[in-house]
Amino acid sequence: MPTTTILITLIALLIFSYVIGRKRSIAVSSFQKGNKGQRNLHSLPSYYGYMVAIWAGIPALIVLALWSAFNSSIITSLTISGLPEAMQAESRDTLGLILNEVKNLADSGDIAAETDLVKKNAAEHYHRLQAISSLAKTAVVFVVALLGMIFAWRLIKPETRARNTVERVIRWSMIVCASIAILTTVGIVFSVLFESLRFFDAVPPSDFLFGTRWSPQTSIRADQVGSSGSFGAIPLFVGTLLISAIALIIAVPLGLLSAIYLSEYANPKFRSIAKPVLEILAGIPTVVYGFFAALTVAPFIRNMGESIGLSVASESALAAGLVMGIMIIPFVSSLSDDVLSAVPQAMRDGSYGMGATRSETIKQVVIPAALPGIVGGILLAASRAIGETMIVVMAAGLSAKLTINPLEAVTTVTVQIVTLLTGDQEFDSPKTLAAFALGLGLFVITLLLNIAALHIIRKYREQYE
Amino acid sequence: MSNSTQIIQAGLKKRYAKEKRFRLYGLISIIISFAFLLTLLTSIFSKGLPAFQQSYVKLDVELDAEVLGISRDSSENEIYSANYSKVIDNGLRTMFPGVTGRKQKRDLKNIVSTSADYTLRDKIIKNPALIGTKQSYWFLAKDDIDVFMKGNIDRNLPESDRRIKDYQLVWIDQLLAENRLEKRFNTVLFTNGDSREPEQAGLKGAIVGSIFTMLVTLLLSFPIAVAAAAYLEEFAPQNNRWVDMIEININNLAAVPSIVFGLLGLAVYINFFGVPRSTPLIGGLVLTLMTLPTIIIASRAAIKSVPPSIKEAAVGLGASRVQTLFHHTLPLAMPGILTGTIIGMAQALGETAPLLMIGMIAFVAEVPGSILDPATVMPVQIYLWSDSPERAFTERTSAAIMVLLGFLVTMNLVAILLRKKFEQRW
Repeated sequence: MPTTTILITLIALLIFSYVIGRKRSIAVSSFQKGNKGQRNLHSLPSYYGYMVAIWAGIPALIVLALWSAFNSSIITSLTISGLPEAMQAESRDTLGLILNEVKNLADSGDIAAETDLVKKNAAEHYHRLQAISSLAKTAVVFVVALLGMIFAWRLIKPETRARNTVERVIRWSMIVCASIAILTTVGIVFSVLFESLRFFDAVPPSDFLFGTRWSPQTSIRADQVGSSGSFGAIPLFVGTLLISAIALIIAVPLGLLSAIYLSEYANPKFRSIAKPVLEILAGIPTVVYGFFAALTVAPFIRNMGESIGLSVASESALAAGLVMGIMIIPFVSSLSDDVLSAVPQAMRDGSYGMGATRSETIKQVVIPAALPGIVGGILLAASRAIGETMIVVMAAGLSAKLTINPLEAVTTVTVQIVTLLTGDQEFDSPKTLAAFALGLGLFVITLLLNIAALHIIRKYREQYE
Repeated sequence: MSNSTQIIQAGLKKRYAKEKRFRLYGLISIIISFAFLLTLLTSIFSKGLPAFQQSYVKLDVELDAEVLGISRDSSENEIYSANYSKVIDNGLRTMFPGVTGRKQKRDLKNIVSTSADYTLRDKIIKNPALIGTKQSYWFLAKDDIDVFMKGNIDRNLPESDRRIKDYQLVWIDQLLAENRLEKRFNTVLFTNGDSREPEQAGLKGAIVGSIFTMLVTLLLSFPIAVAAAAYLEEFAPQNNRWVDMIEININNLAAVPSIVFGLLGLAVYINFFGVPRSTPLIGGLVLTLMTLPTIIIASRAAIKSVPPSIKEAAVGLGASRVQTLFHHTLPLAMPGILTGTIIGMAQALGETAPLLMIGMIAFVAEVPGSILDPATVMPVQIYLWSDSPERAFTERTSAAIMVLLGFLVTMNLVAILLRKKFEQRW
């Protein structure tokens, strides 16, 4: 039975369990003599229904999930062990290819037509294993569900604390849901770390961290020209920093001044219109910014540059940085707006009382007081700029040039991750694994920036609370 | 007047001027930001609007049984593989006799899109009685003709710089004079899947793919996020290390670059658990992890704003804490939770980068039928089209962006209305 059918049948079974659990509790309670109706039940009847459904459902679902998760890897290894010894000794690549052929053959349902006897046998073996697994899965899941249901049904007595059981399960499932955040982080760390370690087996970390040449093209044959790619990540990180710096140079003054105007000068009506309009900039998908950068801004900058006699690359860092700057204006402005509004009015009043004008108050009292919060906001914006992908994929270049000239084309960490991982992948070439090493670098840098920013902002908030 | 007053008054004018300047800087930076937004939108809209129209050519075709190689009693299979291309070719030749040379003949055929064969085929399958008659039909024009019709090729340029050559201009002028070439509303854009031919490429596959992906994301992220938020607000013990870890992680995940989630999806979901790539299922699984922090943070704020007096009253009447949560707190917090969910969904709908890692960038011409079919989503479709060299894809990309922005605006408007309508101040 396919998994969807199992799930649907299981849901029907759960509804049935609920109904019989509920009925049973009422029946059990009315059998007691000298009572009025169900009064002597510990919980409401529906809780007994839920209890039976939980006993029937949760163990069965866990079995189903585990089975589905490990099904394919177990069957694959069983199929491999069924192959002749000589074939098992082949390299991982060849073995993978053979396995794929076997699987395709088995799925095509036309095993009898195959002429290669080894493959035919393997495909039949695979097919049989699949069938057994599918059948066993169905049987085990339903047996577990029925056993759970019967067990819970027998538990029902007037004094059974069904509500407590149900509520304990609810609480535990809430804890599990909340812990998914931790699981995600662990998943990210493990997935990038594990593949990165494999990458660093092939390429020494010092070459990666301090090398100045990036050309990840690895050859198919060992004797090909340029067969060993070089994986020096310095040009990528310099390119990333260059584009992010351009973005921040644009976004920080514009965002900060907008925030000051909105929180200190603007009347409520203007503010109530201008703030949401600014936030539209944050809601536009990044792929739209990328298209705008590649098609409108980059040619515009190149024509401008040419008209004053500069040679500008058609995928200049300036275009990507400029558009990224526009994108992060609202991050800077809304975060700064929050921290500016948090500065107590008494401090402003004190400054006015001493005869300072509004701008003097802002520059000499409000901004120094809000500075930690503003710095935190800028750090968050920087982390956003460093991790931004689509704008640079569409508007920045691919060639890794070590330069800080904003008119030239540079490439970034995110661009390289996308280029290395789209298209055909083989999971043992350093070329593919390099993407994970870059991902690790990106994750660590943004994580440090975020932690620093959140720490600064929290400290700042505590100061005025 | 004392000395210091004089000093102050002397500087006063300068200080007021400074004050005015500072205020102006603020206003100017807001105006600049607005100008950026306006430029962005006008540039997209001016490029995208023409794409909502498409050129069609009217041809007289002789549905000759001999040329087609079928008769009225042919089976559907035979009709399916009849030689429609030849019929259309003949129609064009009779209209423009005397075309010689291989290139010119090919260009003549290229007045209509390659989909014309299928248009004709569908008509004959629907009504086999048409075989042997002479009919005139409107066919989709090829992208070059369409680009010209929209005024994007200047006929005054020297011939060598133009995509449309002089002899093609003569044909176009003749078609226009006979009212056989006109622009109509572009239904293809909404009824077709992706295609390599710009004039046949549509958004339907991407829109359906986006809907499937969003469904998976919503079904997974909404219950998980609400449960997590309710736990953290209502049940989590204070000063518990596990709870602190959860909170720190949620805040950090909200700021992790989206592409890193793509790496996670590739390494864990695809390589470890064997989830099929390029499907809405894997897309939804990855986007769930990305939207969880957004929804959790919004839901926590909504749950927190429910006054404690309501919860205390419920507990006082004998409700358990779980009952209080499900009967009182969650229903009262629901408008806020839903607003946060819609905003999270809008973010997920516009997300591109992580989906490139998990194979949703593959070229998929068919409209997906379930969450396990290969699919693409709207932002990835925009990226794919923007990468295509054909001139006609530029306007289609802009049009796709307009459709995507339309969806996002609608979602955000719903969120705002929801907040306005149900917002309660206690």
